[in-house]
Amino acid sequence: MNGLLIRSLDRGATAFLAIVVAAAMIVPALNLLLPETSPLHVPTYIVSLFGKYVCYALLALSIDLIWGYCGILSLGHGAFFALGGYAMGMYLMRQIGTRGVYAHPVLPDFMVFLNWKELPFFWYGFDHFAYAALMIVLVPGVLAFVFGWFAFRSRVTGVYLSIITQAMTFALMLGFFRNNFGFGGNNGLTDFKDILGFNVQADTTRAALFAASCLFLALGFLVCRALVSSKFGKVLVAIRDAEARTRFLGYRAESYKLFVFTLSACMAGVAGALYVPQVGIINPSEFAPANSIEAVIWVAVGGRGTLTGAVLGAILVNYAKTTFTTGALAPYWLFVLGGLFIAVTLFLPRGIVGTLSHWWRERRARGETAGEIGGEPAPRPAE
Amino acid sequence: MRTTRDLLIALLFIGACAMAALTAGSVPARAQGFDAALDKFAADSFSDTEVGIAAVAASGHAMAARVIEALQNARLQVDPATRKIYIRTGETAVLDAATGSAAPAPAELKTVRINNRLRRAIEAALGGLTLLSPDPAKRFEAAQAVFKSRDAAALATLDAAIAKETDGRIRRALTEARAAVLLYKPDAAEADKLAAVAAVKARGDQEALALLSGLPVDAPARVAQAAKDAVGSIQSELAMWATVQNAWYGLSLGSVLLLAAIGLAITFGVMGVINMAHGEMVMIGAYVTFVVQDAIRAHHPGLFDYSLLIAIPLAFLVSGFIGILIERGIIRFLYGRPLETLLATWGLSLILQQAVRTIFGPTNREVGNPSWMSGAFELGQITVTYNRLWIVVFTLAVFVALLALLRFTRMGLEMRAVTQNRAMAASMGIRTSRVDALTFGLGSGIAGIAGVALSQIDNVSPNLGQSYIIDSFLVVVFGGVGNLWGTLVGAFTLGIANKFLEPFAGAVLGKIAILVLIILFIQKRPRGLFALKGRAVEA
Repeated sequence: MNGLLIRSLDRGATAFLAIVVAAAMIVPALNLLLPETSPLHVPTYIVSLFGKYVCYALLALSIDLIWGYCGILSLGHGAFFALGGYAMGMYLMRQIGTRGVYAHPVLPDFMVFLNWKELPFFWYGFDHFAYAALMIVLVPGVLAFVFGWFAFRSRVTGVYLSIITQAMTFALMLGFFRNNFGFGGNNGLTDFKDILGFNVQADTTRAALFAASCLFLALGFLVCRALVSSKFGKVLVAIRDAEARTRFLGYRAESYKLFVFTLSACMAGVAGALYVPQVGIINPSEFAPANSIEAVIWVAVGGRGTLTGAVLGAILVNYAKTTFTTGALAPYWLFVLGGLFIAVTLFLPRGIVGTLSHWWRERRARGETAGEIGGEPAPRPAE
Repeated sequence: MRTTRDLLIALLFIGACAMAALTAGSVPARAQGFDAALDKFAADSFSDTEVGIAAVAASGHAMAARVIEALQNARLQVDPATRKIYIRTGETAVLDAATGSAAPAPAELKTVRINNRLRRAIEAALGGLTLLSPDPAKRFEAAQAVFKSRDAAALATLDAAIAKETDGRIRRALTEARAAVLLYKPDAAEADKLAAVAAVKARGDQEALALLSGLPVDAPARVAQAAKDAVGSIQSELAMWATVQNAWYGLSLGSVLLLAAIGLAITFGVMGVINMAHGEMVMIGAYVTFVVQDAIRAHHPGLFDYSLLIAIPLAFLVSGFIGILIERGIIRFLYGRPLETLLATWGLSLILQQAVRTIFGPTNREVGNPSWMSGAFELGQITVTYNRLWIVVFTLAVFVALLALLRFTRMGLEMRAVTQNRAMAASMGIRTSRVDALTFGLGSGIAGIAGVALSQIDNVSPNLGQSYIIDSFLVVVFGGVGNLWGTLVGAFTLGIANKFLEPFAGAVLGKIAILVLIILFIQKRPRGLFALKGRAVEA
């Protein structure tokens, strides 16, 4: 296993990990240790904002794992992200205790408001962080397993899979919008106070959440990297490029897909759980199909089939979104986003990182004499 | 305590006016009673007014209803000097309440005040008076009111009204009202009661059911038995009508789904292009309708009834033209890469939505129903609205036209040839890229005319298309790709299933159940209900 990890870390991956881990330490330090007057001081809102981007990056990573390496285009990954977020939100709601508006020791405010007498059974246990943490991984994982088990076994592929994943997140959205589902209806869960005993609003907590997001991103990256550079990863790529042929060679394509789909859903759940305390709210609009599709475009912009690209794409697109939607250009953001979808698919099918690394390899191949063409062939996304 | 007293008073009034209607004697006597009654209003004390209302209602005078209505609307006024009563009809105009003729307005007029108790007395008096009103709509309303209140006091008036009535519908309502009164009148003859049960049974709706099942326990055994049988038969009939109604709603929803999905059946089903901007083509069609109606309102208001007929070809052309642009500009570079097509067209849908939002604003725009599409008619126990009916008809017409186009025209032939075997079609001299563009334009154009129809039942906003896109894809996938009949069956199946689930599960849960069922169905039959067989499947 150690060998596998080390083998999986080429120069680019090591550099990427170094950057993420460094960010996890330096940004909170610049925020907490420097006085506000210092030019290098990072304000808390920037820490939270980038913490949000890092969570998106982890979501993008999970999408890239299945789409870039296994050809499964899920248009419902936002659902796993939101489920993880709801699990975290339920833990945070239970931590409010008597500090809610109605000061009920057990029931969250919205249940008191709806005149509920006791906690629904699926809220049991969420006052323990360990249980909530388990659910954050388990709920998206089990849903993905069941969904994937049905879908992959009956060989639902390509566009059909995309459409039913979209239908899945749409159905969940409709459900969570209902008050009697027990998740706060369209207001969702909000007004959090504490996480693990620390105030969620405090600068130190926000810095710690940022650091945690970065570390989980690094962990997710390591896992994906180890996976795709192993033999297992080669089979995934084979399934992506020629599923029928791989099956004829004796691999059980559906098992591979199911495993990687479930893993990816768990990663998305973790991303959602880290996201919720940093933005302070989770509501059913996170299930909107548009969110899931937007997450796919982050991966496409960065470069599908390149893990660093997914992360880069998520951060770049969301940074652009923040810049646009907070200024006078807000009405034009959708033009930019829509244009991005079209431009990337038409002119930059490899994405930013894919194009750069392709160009780099070509140059090196030209520079060296014929006979030794770059280590591995360029990742070529195909249907 | 108060309510019982009010009820008692109301009963007295109705009884009084019934008596008046029957026993109305000579004209002078009647006028005399009326004048005396009017005088009661002059004091403007609540208790006197109350007596006055009863007396006016009992007088049977031609002006009685108008006086009481005026009192209700605070238009009944009194001249304190002469104690004469007037009805105010305008800023300066008044009528003499006693004669009904226009009179010069006195200098100082005081409005007769009323309070809540009087309001109830007024309503009761009007109810009795209007059973004999010359306005048929009012008589019908009054009959319905008596059917609900079952006042024994109204019986005499009812008999008089039935004898006079010529309109069949009102006569039936009056008879039903009379039956309702008799059923609850303890001293009515058993034969009368049995006839009453039959009359109420013929009415056959929820109210009749409530009336019959709520009969007093001391009713004669034969009446109780007859009522029980009638309840049973009404219940089974109502259940049948509920099924018919669900089926109709389902058909209506199915036709909306079909309309939204039928263009997609061409672009996705026949060409295999995932067009996420399909919903926006529908939206553009709806906005074309808005623009057409706006222009008509501004220039030729008389043409409003034809606005949809003008909008349909225009919407087809506009959406179709945009569709051809999309195919030439984006989609043709992405053939064979469905997932990329999906993303690019999704981006396009964002741009189109935002463009419409920028041009027309983010709020709903007003699109009116032409006169021939508004209103409704009753069919047994269900109400059918004309706009829903027209949409079902229109959808089927579009479907048939599209089938004919594909089957009988040269363009349809070329389209089928290209989708079945592109290389062979090209070798036979068909310009495949032109056919691609035209096919996509056709699908988009049909989405546009779907927009015209949907503008009649949905909000015309930039988000219009979004709400149909997921449903449309599910319909096409459920029905089976590449098969228009599959789309038809898929749309109506989903529509009807949805409406039959709704009463049990509620609208949202019903919808969720449908989504889950489709997801499960696709696992079972990944290629839909009517899957294409053979090599085309893997292409």
